Amino acid sequence: MKLLTHNLLSSHVRGVGPRGFPLRLQATEVRINPVEFNPDFVARMIPKVEWAALLEAADTLHLVEVPKGPIEGYEHDEKFLRQMHHVLLEVDVLEGTLQCPESGRLFPISRGIPNMLLSDEETET
Amino acid sequence: MIDVQTKMAGRALELLYLPEGQPCYLLDIGCGSGLSGDYLSDEGHYWVGIDISPAMLDAALDRDTEGDLLLGDMGQGIPFKPGSFDGCVSISAIQWLCNANKKSDIPAKRLYCFFSSLYSVLVRGARAVLQLYPENSEQLELITTQATKAGFTGGVVVDFPNSAKAKKFYLCLFSGPSTFLPKPLNESNDDDEEVQESEFTRERVLYRMARRGIVRKSREWVLGKKARRRRQGEDVRPDTRYTGRKRRPRF
Repeated sequence: MKLLTHNLLSSHVRGVGPRGFPLRLQATEVRINPVEFNPDFVARMIPKVEWAALLEAADTLHLVEVPKGPIEGYEHDEKFLRQMHHVLLEVDVLEGTLQCPESGRLFPISRGIPNMLLSDEETET
Repeated sequence: MIDVQTKMAGRALELLYLPEGQPCYLLDIGCGSGLSGDYLSDEGHYWVGIDISPAMLDAALDRDTEGDLLLGDMGQGIPFKPGSFDGCVSISAIQWLCNANKKSDIPAKRLYCFFSSLYSVLVRGARAVLQLYPENSEQLELITTQATKAGFTGGVVVDFPNSAKAKKFYLCLFSGPSTFLPKPLNESNDDDEEVQESEFTRERVLYRMARRGIVRKSREWVLGKKARRRRQGEDVRPDTRYTGRKRRPRF
């Protein structure tokens, strides 16, 4: 699971709504994958990124060189875009858990795939 | 088998009408082993796939797909923040929402939950193209009704409607203001051949018209009835300007 996906994932347990974001990440196995750099895509995703959640996740994974926020004119700043590309798309969480901040429910991550299946009681009406 | 899925993925991406040359962040519902996802990656897009089958997702891992995978049930909702995705595709998946796998499942509820959460996770004005195999017209209607309730506009594009084998249904949904519905593919490119499309909007329709489509006893209805009887081979008076006109009260 890439950090870009983690930044957008939200808990859909019944009754949680917008308080189901961000999911707290705990990782036991992480891998770095080289991914082709596409500056257009990274620049388009920057406005969608929730920085507090990203910084928290990067902190948990002990990542270095993580920008603290969008900088002026980031669309043309290749160094900034490359750093964001690495953080968002090249860091892959293979094993770990995601925790819903409101309900405390744990979603396990196995082989890079988070299990978001809910039981009947938890499903949104 | 692989070829058909890839072709459908291509057609779905075509119907999405994404802006040219721009890599987008897409959602693949019922991604399975990632066949459609691979097509999206080849076109330069980034995607997240959801599937309910761990076996299929394992197969996707073996195929080393580039998109992120999630194990989830689409009928429980899409677990993403609002405005996450630039578009959504689905190949041969959403008809499964109409099956009730457990006694407690109500298809209409699951469909509504799916569509309303899909509406929310799409960027404003984004589209969703969902290829499906509806069992019958009631099933298709159930699906489109729930999609409309969730706030989508759009319609069903039927490719090759006259071929039993090649016929494919694409449910094209728009989350913004109503735009045009793409033209379906047809074997013979005759312009006078009737193409099946159904467009639905949230506009309210007069109750009696919604029930029948045509108001009973109106001129339109009379002309329709006469045309029907002519087709049946009956002897019918020709239509004149007096046909179906309002008579005096004492008639």
